[in-house]
Amino acid sequence: MTPTPDFLDGNAAAGDLESLFGTDMTMASGQCHGCGRQMMLAETHAYLGGPGTVLRCPGCDGVLLRMVRSAHDMWLDASGLDHLRLPVSA
Amino acid sequence: MARATVPRRLGERLRWRTARLTRREDESSLARTLVLDVPGWPGHEAGQHVDVRLTAEDGYSTQRSYSVASAPDGETVELTVQRTDDGEVSPYLTDELTVGDLVELRGPVGGWFVWRPEQKEPVFLLAGGSGLVPLMAMIRMRRAVGSRTPFRLIYSARSPETRLFTSELRRGDPGLDTTYVYTRSAPPQWPRPAGRIDASVVSGGGWPPDFEPTCYVCGSTAFVETAAGLLVALGHHPGRVRTERFG
Repeated sequence: MTPTPDFLDGNAAAGDLESLFGTDMTMASGQCHGCGRQMMLAETHAYLGGPGTVLRCPGCDGVLLRMVRSAHDMWLDASGLDHLRLPVSA
Repeated sequence: MARATVPRRLGERLRWRTARLTRREDESSLARTLVLDVPGWPGHEAGQHVDVRLTAEDGYSTQRSYSVASAPDGETVELTVQRTDDGEVSPYLTDELTVGDLVELRGPVGGWFVWRPEQKEPVFLLAGGSGLVPLMAMIRMRRAVGSRTPFRLIYSARSPETRLFTSELRRGDPGLDTTYVYTRSAPPQWPRPAGRIDASVVSGGGWPPDFEPTCYVCGSTAFVETAAGLLVALGHHPGRVRTERFG
């Protein structure tokens, strides 16, 4: 029997992402540094159970983005993404 | 009457708001609907969710995401919460929170797992358990704006007792077809024995890929993996399959 994966969708991290970036990030697209896959952040695999939020690539499982909130700071490591593309309103 | 379009938060930063519980309703043996009054609520789209934050007297704080169940209606937001026995937040929300109590709420968030009334293509909804909640918001939004976009819903529940929104779905909407699947116990004389959804259910209760429906799949991670896999195997384009996994 296959174990149930323990991730949610990037959508589940929408509140934390929006509070950091100031805009809805589920509609942002990005490119995985590891495998080159293009995807919406809503389509990433989100791991929320740890001390921070981790988004992984649905293609190669590489870590795309890490967000950790400490008492005074928010740490963001997006080195797993070659770029992020955000829709802007006209 | 619900509005056809929802004003977006324009330039307003996402922030925590205080919401007051105004009504509680039993939805199934496991789930309750919480009707919240949220002053300043900017409106939402069908399929969006909110973060709910609870803070204990000692300062310990925890938050969870819940899909909004209701169509947009002023400053009222309905959440339908299913209790998980080992859960930290859901038993509090379903059992402890009483009318007049306050919770912190942030949202709406998420613009991807959303159905908008201007979409004209057929819609195929696949719900597992409480994954029905955001899809119900889409059904209610469709009704509120008088949309004639054809919807088909496949709803997989453990047993008839755990189904959500039973009477509302039984009453039905013109142009909405619902197929039930029971995974543990089916009613007597039910045509299909209890079991998980499979290709025959998905092709029988849904739209053919040629119709190019937008498919919304919501449920546990295991349900979403199965259902989305079946859709793609049946020929639905992965770009038209939108998923939301629940923890």
